[in-house]
Amino acid sequence: MIGAAVSRTLGSRGLPWVAGLWLVVLALSPLYGDNYIVKIATFVALYGVLALSWNFIGGYAGYPSFATGAFVGLGAYAGAICQNAGVPMIVAWLLAAIIVAGVAAAMGPVILRLRGHYFAIGSISLVEIGSVLASNWSGLTGGGEGLNVRFLPGGPDFIARFFLYAMLVILVAALATTIAVDRGRLGFGLRCIAQNEDAAEMVGVPSTRYKIAAFVLSGVFCGAAGAAYASWVGYIAPADAFSILLTVKVPVMVLLGGAGSVLGPLIGSAALVLLEETVWARFLDYHQAILGAIIVALIFFLPGGLLGLRLRWRS
Amino acid sequence: MSALYAQVLLNGLMLGALYACIAVGFSLVWGVLNVISMMHGSFVILAGYLTCAAFTGAGIHPFAALVPVALLLLLLGYFLQLGLINRVVSQPVLTTLTLTFGLDMILYNLMNVWFEATPRRVTLDLGRLEFGEVVLPLDRAAAMVLALAMTGLLYVILRGSRLGRAIVAVRMDRDAAALMGIRVPRVYAATFGLGAMMAGACGALLALVYPITTNVTGQLLGKAFIVCVIGGLGTVPGALAGGLVLGLVESFGGHWFGPQVAPLLGFALMLVLLAVKPTGLFGQRGYE
Amino acid sequence: MKPLLEVEKLSKHFGGVHAVRDVSFTIGSGEIVGLIGPNGAGKTTLVNLLTGVHRPSGGVVRFEGVDVTAQRPHEAARRGLARTFQIVQPFPRMTVLENVAAGALFAGQAGSRAEAERLAAGYLAAVGLDRESQRLAATLTLPSRKRLELAKSLAMRPKLLLLDEVNAGLNTSEIDGALALIRRIAASGITVVLIEHLMKVVLSLSQRVLVLHHGQLLASGAPEAVMRDPQVVEAYLGARFAARFAGGDAKSEASHG
Ligand SMILES: Nc1ncnc2c1ncn2[C@@H]1O[C@H](COP(=O)(O)OP(=O)(O)O)[C@@H](O)[C@H]1O
Ligand SMILES: [Mg+2]
Repeated sequence: MIGAAVSRTLGSRGLPWVAGLWLVVLALSPLYGDNYIVKIATFVALYGVLALSWNFIGGYAGYPSFATGAFVGLGAYAGAICQNAGVPMIVAWLLAAIIVAGVAAAMGPVILRLRGHYFAIGSISLVEIGSVLASNWSGLTGGGEGLNVRFLPGGPDFIARFFLYAMLVILVAALATTIAVDRGRLGFGLRCIAQNEDAAEMVGVPSTRYKIAAFVLSGVFCGAAGAAYASWVGYIAPADAFSILLTVKVPVMVLLGGAGSVLGPLIGSAALVLLEETVWARFLDYHQAILGAIIVALIFFLPGGLLGLRLRWRS
Repeated sequence: MSALYAQVLLNGLMLGALYACIAVGFSLVWGVLNVISMMHGSFVILAGYLTCAAFTGAGIHPFAALVPVALLLLLLGYFLQLGLINRVVSQPVLTTLTLTFGLDMILYNLMNVWFEATPRRVTLDLGRLEFGEVVLPLDRAAAMVLALAMTGLLYVILRGSRLGRAIVAVRMDRDAAALMGIRVPRVYAATFGLGAMMAGACGALLALVYPITTNVTGQLLGKAFIVCVIGGLGTVPGALAGGLVLGLVESFGGHWFGPQVAPLLGFALMLVLLAVKPTGLFGQRGYE
Repeated sequence: MKPLLEVEKLSKHFGGVHAVRDVSFTIGSGEIVGLIGPNGAGKTTLVNLLTGVHRPSGGVVRFEGVDVTAQRPHEAARRGLARTFQIVQPFPRMTVLENVAAGALFAGQAGSRAEAERLAAGYLAAVGLDRESQRLAATLTLPSRKRLELAKSLAMRPKLLLLDEVNAGLNTSEIDGALALIRRIAASGITVVLIEHLMKVVLSLSQRVLVLHHGQLLASGAPEAVMRDPQVVEAYLGARFAARFAGGDAKSEASHG
């Protein structure tokens, strides 16, 4: 695990510095790059948020969640609908985050009773349900046509920077939450749950409550990021917003970097976004196949990454 | 019962037979290998494309194409498992699931490049039977009968053949099976191959009744999930029952609440079942 | 003596298997009670019922006068009802110290992780594991794992400690070490229920013995009285252990006592 290796060499004192440095590199991208670079930096921040979010439930609690796409899609639609109803943009993002957190809290008790493959399927089906709902609830979502979101007025430079810093703010929030969880009671309890859920209960960890907390945390920032994304691109459609691809890509990023750590998700998301961006540009037709090949290669040739995963996944 | 309901019932049964056939291979792989094959939907569509290509390119009748296409997928599945998936088969859920997802991305992409995304299907005008107002198109009826026959064939293979008994033994107790001299990696490969073969057979049949396009691979996979959850994991009768239940639910649901709602009902049923009874409606364990 | 734990007509069946049937007893504060019974008698199931792992099919459990029949395991832990697992259950990829700290943090008195680790070090010293505190729990030997299990439950500051076969799998000298440790635990004021299928261990330590057989409470009382109870001799010893008890176990019993 790259993340674990880095944290070992740096010691836990070094962690905030590395993360902080990384944030500065992203934040300064308008100084050293054009709008394309700024866009990539924004994507890196966006995926950083998603990866850190997944890490709460998938990394710390050890539950193989594929709900990311559902959280993002719900956040995107909630934000877009609020915004189109006249709610100011940033308030709409906050509302989206709250709505997603509420849905995660409501769904959590149902699907967190499942373990292993069943949990994986339960969580992935949330994405599918979201997509079906978005396609069919035309009055609210525009159905299969999708939904236009009012564009932010301003020139391209301003817009590029605005959304970069918006994503970075969400990223900082997710990162700060991760550090707090990692050092606190919740993170410790979640690690206990990941390693042996029965024993965790037996030493007094309220496992159901902690798992729901982790699930809600893994939803809330996705909700905000999804809403910000919708405002950024100005148009959302069911299959893009509730994306199965995204829902699998995010865990892959975390595993690439190292699950259950603070830095792992940041490293993994940056690595995969940059990799994708370089691949995307060259081989448009084979983009997906190459990404797939990268995933396969990761599993077989990066035993420190996927295969060396030191987590327990119940089956 | 009015003719209308008879028609809805009949449609549900035809749909259900296809769902059962799609899900039974997926369920076999999941039950025996403890691996979720994210490639299953793409296998079905690949077979559908091959059937269409054989029909339009060489005029081969889909019923004749079914066997070679299914065998081709059997080989594909066998070697994928032997060469790749076997190496991580005992890894955590997330690893195997991610691997098959990566493989699926490759297959999906290649299919889009080779066949282009335009939907295509085989149109055989076989005519139709009419019972009063109830209409039974014969191509659909043939697809249903063959789907049930293929599902039955898998049952017979698992029950009656040496390979089938080895598969059941490995599922029950892998270590004991290995001690008895069963070569577990080969059995895994054969299991995955059989799963792909069933997907292949379904794909050939699907080409008769629905347009084949890569857009639906995810939906097909979703149906397989749902059927497994309804019927319980890892039994042929379970997959059959689950498939028929799902077909009927979608057919009647679509009739009562509109066709858009139908796919949602399956997922809702699945979530409720997962919450209440994760072993499935008819749940018992053991692949036989 | 005010009862700490009251069990009334407790039952549990799994499908057709009646693992525990109509069991009633009380345990007083400060007692050391032995719970014996051959394999499959329902001892572990009883522990699971008392700690909220299983929901009883019938009956009531009261702890300090409060009805706790429907509690969840973590609630039992926080109430001061700790147990060890017959099959030890450490957090394998945490250090020994962290394992014990988990008990101190989530059920014990620690207010922070730092404090939990400080307290944990003390409990590790008490069970003689202080030298291993930085090892990963998965790498410990079986006797050490049992000690870890004990340290973890002590860190929870229990009022009642249910020890499910802590001596199983240990050799004679290891058992003597464990018994000395349990004696010290009891002397510190913790009520102990010692669950064993080996009589020797229980008889030498317990003030009172409960005998479980086929899920039912067969006898209870002072160790000597229970041993002479004809029902116990017939059902328990007669059926399964007569030969062994008359031979090896009885001798070691004598030498031990
Ligand atoms: N979770 C369970 N499901 C079904 N049967 C069980 C379960 N736990 C225990 N049993 C059955 O209950 C009986 C008592 O078992 P147990 O409490 O483990 O006995 P002991 O600890 O005294 O050896 C046994 O017949 C066992 O098979
Ligand atoms: Mg026991």
